[in-house]
Amino acid sequence: MLSPRLSGAAIDAIEHEAGVQFPVVYKYVLLMIMLAAFTSLTSWALSAIMIRLSRNVVSKMRKDLFDHMTTLPISFFDQYQTGDVISILSYDVDTVGATLSTDLTQILSSLITVVGSFVMMLTIAPEILLIFVVTIPCSIGVTRWRAKIVRPLFSKRSRMLGAMNGYAEEAVSGLKTIRAYHQEEEFNNRFRTHNDNAVNATWKADHTAAVTGPTVNLINNLSLAAVSIFGALLYMAGGITLGNVSSFVLYSRKFSGPINEFANILSEIQSSLAAAERVLGLLAMEPEPADAVDVQPITDCQGHVEFRDVSFGYTADTTVLHHVSYTAEPGKVIAIVGETGCGKTTMINLLMRFYDVTEGTILLDGVDIRQLPRDDLRQQFTMVLQDTWLFDGTVFENIAYGRDGVTREEVVRAAKAAHIHDMILSLPHGYDTIVTGSGNSISKGQKQLLTIARAMLMDASMLILDEATSNVDTQTERRIQDAMLQLMHGRTSFVIAHRLSTITGADCILVMDKGRIVESGTHEELLAKRGTYYELYHAQFDRPNEAA
Amino acid sequence: MRTLGQYIKPYGWRIALQMCVKISGTVIELFLPSMLSIILDEYAPVGNRTGVWEMGLGMILCAFLAWLGNCCANRMSTNISREITRKLRFDLFRKVTSLSAAQQDAATDASLVSRLTSDTYNVHNMIDRLQRLGIRAPMLLMGGIIVSLLLEPVLTLVLIATLPLLAAITVWSSRKGVPLFTRVQEGQDKMVRKVQENMSGARVIRALSRTQYERDDFGMVNDDLAARQRTADLTMAKVSPATSFILNAGLAIVVLVGAYRVHSGASEPGTIIAFLSYFTIILNALLMVTRIFVMYSKGSASARRIEEILHMPVDLQQEDAAASADREHIVFDHVSFSYNKNYDNVTYLTFRLGYGETLGIIGPTGSGKSTLLSLLIRQYDVDKGEIRIGGKPIKTLTPEELHSRLGVVFQSDFLMADTLRENIRFGRNIADPEIFEAIDCAQASFIHQKDGMLDHELTVRGRNLSGGQQQRVLISRALAGDPRILLLDDCSSALDFRTDRELRRALKERHGQATTIIVAQRVSAVMAADNILVMDKGRIIGQGTHDELVASCPMYRELCTLQLGGDAA
Repeated sequence: MLSPRLSGAAIDAIEHEAGVQFPVVYKYVLLMIMLAAFTSLTSWALSAIMIRLSRNVVSKMRKDLFDHMTTLPISFFDQYQTGDVISILSYDVDTVGATLSTDLTQILSSLITVVGSFVMMLTIAPEILLIFVVTIPCSIGVTRWRAKIVRPLFSKRSRMLGAMNGYAEEAVSGLKTIRAYHQEEEFNNRFRTHNDNAVNATWKADHTAAVTGPTVNLINNLSLAAVSIFGALLYMAGGITLGNVSSFVLYSRKFSGPINEFANILSEIQSSLAAAERVLGLLAMEPEPADAVDVQPITDCQGHVEFRDVSFGYTADTTVLHHVSYTAEPGKVIAIVGETGCGKTTMINLLMRFYDVTEGTILLDGVDIRQLPRDDLRQQFTMVLQDTWLFDGTVFENIAYGRDGVTREEVVRAAKAAHIHDMILSLPHGYDTIVTGSGNSISKGQKQLLTIARAMLMDASMLILDEATSNVDTQTERRIQDAMLQLMHGRTSFVIAHRLSTITGADCILVMDKGRIVESGTHEELLAKRGTYYELYHAQFDRPNEAA
Repeated sequence: MRTLGQYIKPYGWRIALQMCVKISGTVIELFLPSMLSIILDEYAPVGNRTGVWEMGLGMILCAFLAWLGNCCANRMSTNISREITRKLRFDLFRKVTSLSAAQQDAATDASLVSRLTSDTYNVHNMIDRLQRLGIRAPMLLMGGIIVSLLLEPVLTLVLIATLPLLAAITVWSSRKGVPLFTRVQEGQDKMVRKVQENMSGARVIRALSRTQYERDDFGMVNDDLAARQRTADLTMAKVSPATSFILNAGLAIVVLVGAYRVHSGASEPGTIIAFLSYFTIILNALLMVTRIFVMYSKGSASARRIEEILHMPVDLQQEDAAASADREHIVFDHVSFSYNKNYDNVTYLTFRLGYGETLGIIGPTGSGKSTLLSLLIRQYDVDKGEIRIGGKPIKTLTPEELHSRLGVVFQSDFLMADTLRENIRFGRNIADPEIFEAIDCAQASFIHQKDGMLDHELTVRGRNLSGGQQQRVLISRALAGDPRILLLDDCSSALDFRTDRELRRALKERHGQATTIIVAQRVSAVMAADNILVMDKGRIIGQGTHDELVASCPMYRELCTLQLGGDAA
């Protein structure tokens, strides 16, 4: 703001009647340079502050989103496309962030100019200002009207980009299968649809928003025309001096500049509001129900588990478990067998409170597990699933994952017990080899052994093995038998396995069929019954010639 | 950027047209002030009312013309950027699906995903903004310089003298900017991977009560990404203050030089005043140019990442080679392969499998069973030796020849959020009756009980099915195409024995003519095979029929004893 004055003063000194006043000129020139340095420094500082501020907000928002995700019920992860979630965390959050860092600063500085010019114009010619009484509401009306139209389009753009991301992520994760069936072309075509939807939604939003700026500009230009016409007429009628008209015009231009800018920014704000909607939508998702207020922390868990008349369905209209009741004494091994889809894994889901029972209760040491802190409850279990999960980190980190402060020796001991030590040593960097998600040189069975080693380092009072060794060969399985027994020793263990040979030693075998327990007892008792278990058990020893 | 250029090139004329429209809109808008000054300076003093009205209406007309021009230009630019993005993103996806497994491993899935999404989006933004600002700023800049040259050549030279400095800043910013924004995108990759891991491992993480750990870990990845973004932004934020400082300092020198010129009588103070007002235009234009460069740095960092993928050479080329006179369907001839080219994962695999025969593969975990299948369908190329199908080395087969009528089930195979029908058809042209037949054979009759049967929607990764149900859907997929070659990798591990037995029986009856390779842990799954390979540490340590192996291979004998309850023979 000061700069024109300084240069003006310098020019006055040049224009001086007594010739050019060099000392004065030098003074002002020096002042100008200093001012330029000062302005640049402050504007840099200002934008640095805004950048830090907005980056902090963005990073906080992303962190909050992620943290919130970790509180969501497990059904969320079974339903939402990873790519869509990624899109919220990147595109939507960044869009909101961009508005914060650039647009807000602009709005602030514009606002100052607008108010300043308005006051100046008011002092010059209140009559002409009447024009703005018409045009400003017009501008506001137009921007609001456009915003109303554009907003849903931006929402759609966010959604479509999310859907496209979801599809791309899914397809990339299935590339191996797509290649095997040579369906690249087909999947390309499907992606084409998603891509078209995304670019069309983007286009539609931008295309529609593209009119807002020029339209507001049009109104400003129209008001400029009106100002000059009426200014001129007013002058001719003797109501105003020409100089005042021209300064009025100058201020009105100053005034309309920021308004134009504001209209342009407004469409960006619309897009970030639409993005914010998705961010808030995810944040608004109901987390796992909070622990009851009167929960008692678990102290000294015995591992006595009782299912009391439990029924459950994943959706309201289907029931997958019917009136299941049984009791597991502390330290005993409970095997659950039955045809695939009979509800074995569902029982585990309920036990871990990934889902809550529809009817009946599950009791741990005589307390309804819904009355226990969820985290405490889960900590009582060590769990090995068929679906091995390794993350992007070293072998050491993956094994040590279950517990804090695990030493190298402990990891090596666990790996040896799980018969995976030699394989690890054969890797390029041994225990420090990075296991990547695709991790090709590590087989599925080896991954299972790694997760078993991971489980061995945890000390929980109960153990869940859901098809933990389904991809491990029989010899290795037998070699780790001792380790597994040790793992189960003194722990209430729930074992799901198809290889019945691995569970013959169980204290109790529950045989399930279509969501009900149809038989239970020890291996010998059940064989003697000659029922479902007997059939299942003998099915595995059949001969091909019998089968044929 | 050169590749991106090729995408932009076809739209050259349209972009030129768009820019012309934009220029006309801008120029028309520039008439307004001069018309205004005519009204105030010429008509108003002499009281020419009609003149005021005419000129006023002229202004209104110009305002509408400018509106029309700007709207058109903006819309044209959205049209163009849509087409370019559409093509670029689609081509990138097509390239991604054409990558070999080794290339995919090297690029990592997370990075491929973020290139497909976030990077293409950045490029889109760049193209769109460049079109809107890219012409206006240079136009104003050139215009400003030309007018000021005409006005006061010497003073303009002072201004021009600062240009090398400005150019240096711009070059510096794009030099710095591109790597900085590349680092941002790499940070993005890490974030994507972290989210992927947490989405897929939710159960395990909760079961192990590692939620807090994962939160902290994400916090670190997130902070790192934020720091990278901050560094990039802060660096870029230096450009425009630096530019405006240099220009303003230049202006001060202009005043000083001007003072000497006025003193020597070479110039007028009025000229210097006019010069100063043009200078403001130049300054604003230059600031806009620097903004364009920031956008350009960000966009071109992303464009480079996209090009990296687009430029990946075509791996697994189809080669010409003489066919051999094999009588067998599948032949492995001294095949060795290593994933990391460090030590061999499989060594000297040699076997022959006749048409319609069944091969069983059994062996400890990590012995190379799955690798053998990957090599057969050419997910990877062998390092040594040769694989032939129907007498032709697989390197000479077209993808159609190799993959059509191939049925395969991998361990932990891919199910997608789509209907059961689509998951089984998997893009192939297969009618419902054939699908039902495959379902029947795969023992997947549970599908009949699902709502909508084949129209039943699976959730992400087929999570709304049990493990055994998932496997049977995958087997249905493999069988639906009436395969000539059927590869089953431990595909019945989640099936109970009874279902497994029924499956094997059905396979033998209905797909007996297919050449089949079964990888299994259970002896019962392979013992009926025509030939069985026993693998250990990447080598074939026993080969033959069940009876032969019981007699000759200690490891196989041990397996039988273990699994078949001692009564081996």
